Amino acid sequence: MKVHVYEKFWMWLSGGLIVAFVAAIVSTSVVQAVQPPSHIETIDPTTIRTDPRFSTPGVTTAADGSQQVVVVSQMFAFVPMEIRVTAGRPVTFRLTSTDVLHGFQIVRSNANSMVVPGYVSQFTVTFDEPGEYLIVCNEFCGLGHHIMQGKLIVEEAGGGV
Amino acid sequence: MTNRYRLSLAHFTVAVLAFFGGACMAVMQALSRANLPLPLRSAKIYYLSMTAHGVLMALVFTTFFIMGLGYVFARTTLGHDRVNERVGWVSFWIALGGTLLTAGAILSGSSTVLYTFYPPLQAHPTFYIGAALLVVGSWVWCWIMIQSYRSWRREHADEAIPLAMHGMLATVIVWILATVGIAIEVVVMLIPWSLGITRTIDPVLARTFFWWFGHPLVYFWLLPAYAVWYAVLPHVAGGKLFSDRLARVVFVLFILFSTPVGLHHQFSDPGISASWKLVHTFATFTILFPSLLTAFTIIASLEVAGRMRGGKGLFGWIGSLPWGNPLVSCVILAMVTFAVGGWGGAINAAYGMNAMVHNTAWVQGHFHLTVGTASALTFMGTSYWLLPRLTGRALFFKPAAQVQPYLWVIGMVLFGIVNHVTGLMGMPRRIYDPSYAGSLVAAGWAEWTTISAVGGVIVFVSAMMYVLVMVGTVLWGDRVEAPAIEYARPLEPEEPLPSVWDRVGMWTVVAAALVVIAYAYPILSLISMERFGSPGFKPF
Repeated sequence: MKVHVYEKFWMWLSGGLIVAFVAAIVSTSVVQAVQPPSHIETIDPTTIRTDPRFSTPGVTTAADGSQQVVVVSQMFAFVPMEIRVTAGRPVTFRLTSTDVLHGFQIVRSNANSMVVPGYVSQFTVTFDEPGEYLIVCNEFCGLGHHIMQGKLIVEEAGGGV
Repeated sequence: MTNRYRLSLAHFTVAVLAFFGGACMAVMQALSRANLPLPLRSAKIYYLSMTAHGVLMALVFTTFFIMGLGYVFARTTLGHDRVNERVGWVSFWIALGGTLLTAGAILSGSSTVLYTFYPPLQAHPTFYIGAALLVVGSWVWCWIMIQSYRSWRREHADEAIPLAMHGMLATVIVWILATVGIAIEVVVMLIPWSLGITRTIDPVLARTFFWWFGHPLVYFWLLPAYAVWYAVLPHVAGGKLFSDRLARVVFVLFILFSTPVGLHHQFSDPGISASWKLVHTFATFTILFPSLLTAFTIIASLEVAGRMRGGKGLFGWIGSLPWGNPLVSCVILAMVTFAVGGWGGAINAAYGMNAMVHNTAWVQGHFHLTVGTASALTFMGTSYWLLPRLTGRALFFKPAAQVQPYLWVIGMVLFGIVNHVTGLMGMPRRIYDPSYAGSLVAAGWAEWTTISAVGGVIVFVSAMMYVLVMVGTVLWGDRVEAPAIEYARPLEPEEPLPSVWDRVGMWTVVAAALVVIAYAYPILSLISMERFGSPGFKPF
């Protein structure tokens, strides 16, 4: 098969570029554990309010300072609407839905996950910047989709914003 | 004498009508997103029209256009009597019937589930049944394409497949592999559930089948465009195809790697392991390769054309290309836009970076530059080239056809870039009102959405010019002797010989094996878990 010399050059360049992209992805996922939220856990969407995992949504802080936030998503609100966490310490979010698909996105952060009825989404984020963050639903969930929002307040360690 | 292209023209008519409907919905949405006070503006109409826009543009316009183009390619490259016209009409009416059922369900307000129709949002059963019929119609078309090719092959055993048809066969195979996923989702899961035969549905399993289909769908849109870039553009531009062989390599790579990639749309889904998402990421990046090859071959072919037309110097050939020819300008602009959109796609597919852009306005910015420009603008250029050849009428109001592609790109770039930017700023996609109860962050998006609305209006004007030229040509175009439909010759003087890259049957088997490898384990592990299904919801 005859291939023009410039074209050969281009093919090697393209191949090299793709290898570089994939290498960047693999190395960050292995070395820095950069991975998309991929928690595997199921739950009955009809008994969320009585299920001990989700019956008391809100923030709990463990002895080591790590925080867990349990959020129930439903048309068209997040429960709780306002979340307070401490800056600089890992926050593990646990989410599920009582009805349709929702999205849970904390604007200006890496927190962005689908919320699916029947499943529990879980991921961990650390917020270094204190302040107020907007939480939006980013998966179409009905006519009130655009009003489904929440608030995250990141407080400086030691109290106060 | 009846027109031998009646079947294709019927398909193009449906495509242009769907495009017209989709464009009217689109301008309404662009203005609404900018929070402009419009009469009748409401969330209900916004989300309904968004469903209609997605279905009409992404599924109806594209599918009918591609089927019509397939018949033209098959007739002109394989021979007019090889296409089974009668079965073709059966396919047409099934697909059209399905389209009308689905469109009716959407317009009645009972099926505002958007064109991704993720359960447990539940549409009216006719929405799903209509969509299934559209796919069944397209399968009959696939059968006709394959039969036409096999009949030609029996008498031309020692010839390479005509290149345009090679690209169309790749399209057909990608479509067959892809639609297995959607058929399982719609027929096994959604239709029984919407009829009340089954009570609940697993949303993650449904999404997995959807994206088995949803990503190769984009190559179903792209491959016919590539076939035009390779097999038509160099000739119309006045030159030759730089490399016939590499074009075939490109089409085969798409057959192989279009489908085992869908999990990159489910990066942030629970229930699917990160390692399988990573496997699909590899296949996704592999498929950048044939597009990079295409960029080289097409630009090299354009350089050949520019020089054959007398262009001199390092860049002089660019100026001597026929920029006033609407096919040439459409394709070049489509390619340049695709270069930008493609990089955005690599970011979407980047396992780690996806969380920055998932379900934000970035996504609609991305696909309006790719399918909305790379494919759609190529299809418009193709129709300017084809219509006089199919109808024996000169283009009506040709200046509109010459200006329209430039307007399209200006509008789409405004719309697309703004949505990329607001997406990075965190604005979600698919929202009726971006103000979020006076949130300060959201206020920062507002000035940008106004620019995207301006872009949307420019695209709409361009879309109406296209529709005007199409309708005008058929009804009032001057009668001329139909120019011949001719394809690009390769630059190498010798005829292309059949090679391993022409063995589409063999590549199809390999591709099917790759689909099994990519999906067997993720689907088996999903269905072997203890899962709790969801009943349907209709919050619209």
